[in-house]
Amino acid sequence: MSSKSAIRTETGNDGIAILWWDSPGERANVMNEAALDDFHTAMTGLLADDAVTGIIVTAAKADFLSGADLKMLTRLFDADAASIQAGVRRMTDLLRAMDKAGKGIVAAINGHALGGGLELALACHHRIVADDPRLQLGLPEVKLGLIPGFGGTQRLGRLIGALAAARLIGEGRSLSPADALAQKLVHQVVPAADLLTAARAWLADPGRTSRQPWDAKGWRLPGGPVQSAGGVQLFSGTAATVTRTTLGHYPAPAAALSSLYHGLQLPFERGQQVETTAFVAQVKGAVAPAMVKTLFFAMNDANAGRARPPGPAPAAIRHVGIVGAGLMGAGIGYAAARAGLTVTLLDRDAASTQAGKDYSARLVEKDVARGRLSPEKAEVLLARIRTSLDYQDFAPCDVVVEAVFEDRALKQSVLARLEAVVRPDCLIASNTSTLPIGGLAAGMARPGRFLGLHFFSPVEKMPLVEIISGAETTEAALAAGFDAVRALRKTPVAVRDGRGFFTTRVFASYMMEGLALLAEGVAPALLDNAGRQAGMPMGPLRLADMVNIDLAVKIDDQTRADLGDAHIDHPGMAVARRMVALGRLGEKTRAGFYDHAGRDAVLWAGLGGEFPPAARQPGIAAVIERLMHIQAVEYLRCRAEGIVTRGEDADIASILGWGYPPFTGGLASHVTGQGEALVRSRCDALADLHGERYRPPAQRSTI
Amino acid sequence: MTDALIFDAVRTPRGRGRQSTGALAALSPVELMAGLLRGLAGRHGLDTACVDDVILGCVEPVMDQSADIARTALLAAGWDQGVAGLQINRFCASGLEAVALAAAKVAAGQAGLVVGGGVEMMSRIPMGSSGFPPLTDPDIAIPNRMIPQGVSADLLASLSGIDRHAADAYAVESQRRAAHAWAQGYFARSILPVRDRNGLLLLDRDEVIRADADMAALAGLEPSFAGISTMAGFDAVALLRYPQLAGLTHIHHAGNSSAIVDGAAAVLVGDATTGKSLGLTPRARIRACVSLGSEPTVMLTGPAPACARALARAGLSWTDIDLWELNEAFAAVILHFLAETGVDPHRMNVNGGAIAMGHPLGATGAMILGTLLDELERTDGHLGVATLCAASGMGIAMVIERI
Repeated sequence: MSSKSAIRTETGNDGIAILWWDSPGERANVMNEAALDDFHTAMTGLLADDAVTGIIVTAAKADFLSGADLKMLTRLFDADAASIQAGVRRMTDLLRAMDKAGKGIVAAINGHALGGGLELALACHHRIVADDPRLQLGLPEVKLGLIPGFGGTQRLGRLIGALAAARLIGEGRSLSPADALAQKLVHQVVPAADLLTAARAWLADPGRTSRQPWDAKGWRLPGGPVQSAGGVQLFSGTAATVTRTTLGHYPAPAAALSSLYHGLQLPFERGQQVETTAFVAQVKGAVAPAMVKTLFFAMNDANAGRARPPGPAPAAIRHVGIVGAGLMGAGIGYAAARAGLTVTLLDRDAASTQAGKDYSARLVEKDVARGRLSPEKAEVLLARIRTSLDYQDFAPCDVVVEAVFEDRALKQSVLARLEAVVRPDCLIASNTSTLPIGGLAAGMARPGRFLGLHFFSPVEKMPLVEIISGAETTEAALAAGFDAVRALRKTPVAVRDGRGFFTTRVFASYMMEGLALLAEGVAPALLDNAGRQAGMPMGPLRLADMVNIDLAVKIDDQTRADLGDAHIDHPGMAVARRMVALGRLGEKTRAGFYDHAGRDAVLWAGLGGEFPPAARQPGIAAVIERLMHIQAVEYLRCRAEGIVTRGEDADIASILGWGYPPFTGGLASHVTGQGEALVRSRCDALADLHGERYRPPAQRSTI
Repeated sequence: MTDALIFDAVRTPRGRGRQSTGALAALSPVELMAGLLRGLAGRHGLDTACVDDVILGCVEPVMDQSADIARTALLAAGWDQGVAGLQINRFCASGLEAVALAAAKVAAGQAGLVVGGGVEMMSRIPMGSSGFPPLTDPDIAIPNRMIPQGVSADLLASLSGIDRHAADAYAVESQRRAAHAWAQGYFARSILPVRDRNGLLLLDRDEVIRADADMAALAGLEPSFAGISTMAGFDAVALLRYPQLAGLTHIHHAGNSSAIVDGAAAVLVGDATTGKSLGLTPRARIRACVSLGSEPTVMLTGPAPACARALARAGLSWTDIDLWELNEAFAAVILHFLAETGVDPHRMNVNGGAIAMGHPLGATGAMILGTLLDELERTDGHLGVATLCAASGMGIAMVIERI
C-alpha cells in the first residue's frame, strides 16, 4: 500500500482551495478506508483553515468517484455493528460539517458520481457536472443489497422530495447529467473543460449561499411533509411497489424507504441516525454479503476468465464463423459484430442467411433510433457480418460455431463439413443446450479442438455462455473457448459434458417439478405464485409456456432413444405430453398452461378440467420447498458427477442462466447458506415422499 | 357481576359527509355531539351529575375532533362539570367499543351510569387525517402486507367468490330496506333531529339514502380500487398473503360500499339501582361483548369469530339470535359473513345499513346497537347481536337481550 495520500489539495491566493481525489497508483479513484481517512484529514483541515474561503471538490481521474471499494465492503461485512456504526458516523459527521461549513463548497463532477461519490457531492452546496451524456450520477447501493450510508437518503430526500428520492434509491437508477439537472440533483451542466472555471465563478458570486436548502429558515420538504394526505398516498403506494418488486426478498429498498419515511420527519442529524441504523442492519444482514460475493466478486472473476486454464497462450479471436442463421446463430453473429469481431454467417440458402443478417440490422436500427449508436458505427458493425453459402469461407476463422437445430445427425454432418475446411488450430464449437458433446464429437477427426458453447436466447441480452468440455476436449481448446467467450464480451462458465450440462439440467428440474406438482393436484395459481414468491423470475407453468412445452417432450424422446431402459419417466412428463396432445404448446401457439391472446397471460380456464386440483391444497411453503430443493439436489448431483466443480460457477450460471434468485447469491451459495447437511436431509425426506429424483447423491464433494 | 343495562340509545340523522353539500357540515363535531347529549339528557330529565363518564369513539381524533372530544362535548352540552370524558379509537368498532367499556365499568361496579357512543364528522375531518402508519410506515406496512381497506374488501370478495352482481344486489336491497324503514317510521324512537343554535331544523332524516338505486344505476359505477391497487401494487401484496389467488377481482365502488357521512350516537348504560333511582326504564341487558384481532391484510373478517366468541361467553348459539346488525362497511363483508356463518339474511340488517345510510366511523357501532334494540322491540324479538369489522384486522360483537 502506498503511503501517498489519496487526496491532493491546493489553496490559491484568492482563498479558493481545490481538493482532488487522486488515488495513488490507481486508474480509477478508490473509496476505501485509507482514502476516506485521507479525505477526512484534508477536508477537516480546509474547513478549519480561515484562509480558505471556498472549496472545490473534484477528481484527478476520469471518474469522479464510483462508490465504495467492494473490498472495503467485504471487510465491513465481517465487522461488528458498533464499529461499522462508528466508522460511518465519523464520515457522516464530516459531511454534516461540510453542510454547515459557513464557506462555499462546490462539487466539480468530472466523471461518474455513484454511491458514496454522489453522497459526497450532495454534501457540497453546489454541484456542477461535466456535459458528457455517458456520465452517470446515482445511488445504486440497492444493487449490492445495501442502502446509501453517507447521508444519501437524507440529503437526496430533502433535495428532491421523498417520492423522487424513493424511486432513484429504491431502483438504484443512474441519471445522465441532463436528467440530473432536470431532477434538480445538480445545479449546472457545463463543458468538461469549463468545470473549474464555473466552480470558481460560483464561489465568486456574491449572491450565492453557502447553506444547504434544508438548513435555511422556512425550508419545506419538496412534495410536502411525510405526515400529510399526500404523504399517506406516497408512502403507502411506494411500500406496496417495493413489496411487489422485491417480494420481501431484498430488504434494502424497504430500508431505504423507511429511512426516508422516518428520517424526513426529523431534524437532519436524527434523520442521519435513522439512515445509519438502517445501513448497519443491511450490512449485517444475509442478503448484501451474498449479493456482493456472487454478483461482483464471482462475476468479475468469471468475466476476467479466472477459471481459464492458465497454461495455453491466449488465442487470438478475430473472426467467428457461424453455421445456422436462425435465432441463435443470428444472435451470436450480432454479439460478435458488436464486440468488433468479423463474422461469417452461413445457412442452407441465400434467403435464410440474409434473414440472419437482417436480425442484426433490426437490432442496430433500434440502437440508432434510440441514439445509442451512431449511423456510421452501425454501418461498420453490419459490414463486419459476411453472409456465405460456401463452407470454404470458414477457412480463415479462429472459431466456428454450429447453431443448427437440436438434431444430432444434422449437427454431426455440419461439424464434419466444418472440420474439413477450417485451420487445424481453429476452435470448433457446437451451440447446443442439451445434446452431450461426447456424442457430437463421435466421428470427428479432431475432437480435441471441439467443445460446446451454450448461448442463451436472446443472445444479445443474455450474458452467460456455458462452455462444455467433452472427454476429448484439450486444455488448449478449453482455454480458447474462454478466450472466444471473452472476445464476445460474454460471461464464461466452464462445465463438464453430460446430458443437459448444468444449466439446462437444473432449469428443467424446476420446470418439470412444476408439472409434477400440477399432476399431483396443486392448484395452478398457487403453483406459479410459489415459484415467483421463491424469487424465480416466473412460475414453472408460465416458464414452460415460454420455452414451449413440446421442447420438453422432444428432449425426453431424445433421452429415451439414447438411454433406452435406463430412462426414468418424470411424473411431470405426462402433463407435458397431454398439453402437446391438446395442441397447447405454449407461447408459440398462444395457448399453453396460460392463454396468451391478450396483453397479460391468463391461466387457461380448462386447466382445472385436465388436471383437477386436490380438495386439500398444500401451504405455499411446501410448494416452494419442492421447487427449490429439486434444483438444490440436481446441483448436488451435477457436483458429484463433476459437471460443475466450483461453487462460484454454479452461482453465476444459475443467476445468469435461468434467473435463480440473486438475493441467495446463487444456487451453490444458497445450499451452503441453508446448510448443506440440512438441504440433504430435507431432500431425503422429499425423496421418501415424492420419488427418487429428490435423493441426494452419496458422495460429498469438498468444494 | 352487576348487569349492565341499556336505558336508551339515540343518534343524529346522518348528513352527507361533504362540506359543500352536507346538511350538518356547518356544525363543528363538538356542537353535533353536544346537541345529542343535551337531547339525551332532556328526554329523561336526567341530572347529569349522576353520570360517571362519557366514553366516545372517534377514529380521526385530530383538529376539531382532538383533545378528548368526549370531555369537550359534555362541557359544551352544559353537562355537569363532574362528569368525566374519554375518547377511544378502535377504528370502525369504536362506537360499540365505547358502549362495551361503559358496560364493563358498570358490570365491574366502578360506575353507575355511563354514556357510550361516538362522533365523526367526515366532512370536516376526512378519513386519514390523523395519518395511518400501519399503511405508510415501511417497517410495518411491508412485513405485514398491509393494503388499503377497499382493496381488502376486493380481496375478501375474490377469496369468497363474491361477484359484482351479488354485491350490487345486496346494495340495492340495503337501500330498499332503509327507505322502507324510514317510510314506516322504524327509526323514530332513536333519531334526535339536529337543529342549529336558533332551534331551526338542519336535518331530521338520513341524507344519503337513494331509494331509487337499482342494478342498472350501480352497473354504471367504476370499481373504486382497481386503478390504485394495480398501479401501486397492492394486488401483488395481497397475493403474497393469499397465493391461491391468480389475481384480485375489483368489485367495490361507491354504490356498494358504506357512504361517507357526519353523525353522532349515544347509548345510556347503567346498573339497575342507579336506573331506578333516576326513574330510568331498562330496555335491554348487555349479555356479552368481545373484541378480537383477525388477519390484517384481508382485515374485514373479524366479525364472525367475534360473534362466535361472544355467543359462547353468553352461553348462546347462533340460532338463538333473533336479529343481527353487521356494519355494511362493504357489501363483501356482509355476504362473506352470511356465507361463513349460515345466518339467515332476512334477520340481518333488516332496516338497511351503512351502504344506504352512511358510516360515520367512530359513531356507527353505537348507531347500529340502537337500530338493533329498536327493531327487537318492534318485532318483539328477544336476542340480538351487533357486530363490526375494524381496520388493521379486528372485529367486535355485542350480544344484547331485550328486557
